[in-house]
Amino acid sequence: MKAGSNLEKVLEDGKFAVTAEIGPPQSANPEPLIHHAKMLKGYAEAFNLTDNQTAVVRLSSIAAAAIVMKEGIEPVIQMTCRDRNRIALQSDLLGASAIGVRNVLCLTGDHQTFGNEKSAKSVFDFDSISELYTFDKLRTEGLQSGGDKIEDPPKVYLGCAENPFATPYEFRGMRLAKKVNAGADFVQTQAIFDMDMFETWMDDVRSRGLDKKIHILAGVIPMKTAGAARYMKNKVPGMIVPNSIIDRMKNASDPKEEGIKLCVEQIETLKNIKGVHGVHIMAVMWEEIVPRIVETAGLIQRPAYK
Amino acid sequence: MIVAERKPLDEIAKMIAPYEKVAVIGCRSCVAICLAGGEKEVNMLVSAMRLKNRKDGRKQSLDGFVLERQCEKEWVKEVEEKILDSDIVLSMSCSLGTQTIGDMYPHKIIVPGLNTAIFGVPEEQGVWSEKCLGCGDCIIDTTGGICPIARCAKSMLNGPCGGSSDGHCEVNTDIECAWYAIHERLKLQNRLELMEYVRPPKNWSTSHSGGRRIIVKEDAKLTPHQKRGREVLE
Repeated sequence: MKAGSNLEKVLEDGKFAVTAEIGPPQSANPEPLIHHAKMLKGYAEAFNLTDNQTAVVRLSSIAAAAIVMKEGIEPVIQMTCRDRNRIALQSDLLGASAIGVRNVLCLTGDHQTFGNEKSAKSVFDFDSISELYTFDKLRTEGLQSGGDKIEDPPKVYLGCAENPFATPYEFRGMRLAKKVNAGADFVQTQAIFDMDMFETWMDDVRSRGLDKKIHILAGVIPMKTAGAARYMKNKVPGMIVPNSIIDRMKNASDPKEEGIKLCVEQIETLKNIKGVHGVHIMAVMWEEIVPRIVETAGLIQRPAYK
Repeated sequence: MIVAERKPLDEIAKMIAPYEKVAVIGCRSCVAICLAGGEKEVNMLVSAMRLKNRKDGRKQSLDGFVLERQCEKEWVKEVEEKILDSDIVLSMSCSLGTQTIGDMYPHKIIVPGLNTAIFGVPEEQGVWSEKCLGCGDCIIDTTGGICPIARCAKSMLNGPCGGSSDGHCEVNTDIECAWYAIHERLKLQNRLELMEYVRPPKNWSTSHSGGRRIIVKEDAKLTPHQKRGREVLE
């Protein structure tokens, strides 16, 4: 065991894992986090706490992790390279580990022009891969980026994201290989709507033997409206939403119900793809729907470890 | 070359408003080629300011000059009298020229007429694109001759990120994704293995992050003896 997190135990045990997302609030109020933690406890192995997602200032992911841990929730803290240089990233990793955070997701981060502080100076001292590389050296060898050897290195299970739907498509399998080589233990993919394209990516991933080296959690996003589907297709870079899905949402008499049904169907399909070791449910601004999706998808019995 | 853009007329007018005698000094180097501070642009600015002053009822004399290279002291010396005779200098060069005059005549007020923007390349008439950030440690031998530090919005060393869409950058879809371009170039050259290599964290100490940089070429420097000789000649 690298970190001994619940997520690590489930994945290393070969069980099908479930992770979901909790977005910290745009305020100093911990209540929304506590509310979501109480509601979601037991429905997934671990929950991602997003790091100023889409470059909007929010309560910090590490503080959010500390809050939800008190409620018995296991966090995955997201750490982007947009706002912190290598000094701050390593420092926060040490701090997160010290308060008991055991899962970390390494991300380059959404550019600040997407958020609510467009005039910010970006950092990008690292990218997600150099972040993984540094964090892996720090946890396994106790070696900091600058060469200092430390005692008591952080105990963390390292994750990354990958988007099979970003160009160049033919490079996306190779990019996952880079993340494996840099030290990633698990990957949560971008939300999948185009199953054929995902299967093509998985073929490439399996042919490189990557499904044996990294745990793949397939990303899904439940949608409430056809407008949400159109928005993701047209406005979110690197996201592919087939017209058939937009039409299905548009023609549904109850779009919310259709969105749930669609998400559950997607999970059913993903469960049967060789090399997929779990799902990552990103119910953005709709956290309360996660229990129902997990239940309907037949994933309610979560593995338990002492 | 260094690419700059002229500041809006109102901003320039505000900077020079309190002064009567204005020396407007352009430059025939980069900023002339990028149509921001050459002879034509200096003349245009002087005419526009005169017109504006007439309309606003302000008395101000504006004289335009253009130097060969405003960032070199020898050329600046040529207009020393004009500088000393003015109340304010409006520099129409990149910030390097502006600061050269400022450092040479610290008691004079020098203001910038241009916003210095990028190390760029003319792509077609009227279009310049950024291609270098001067990081001090060039790596484009491994990226197909394309600089990801300048051409990727996130300066990624292991791109492209998940926002690369149809070969375009997520930050501005009119701009190509640098790492998409690198991938295509390396594929063309049969060197795709360079995409697979995990580039470790970059050493930024050679960039501005290491502090202000001064480059010294010892063999080109004058000896104290040579320096004295020059002073005597001058």
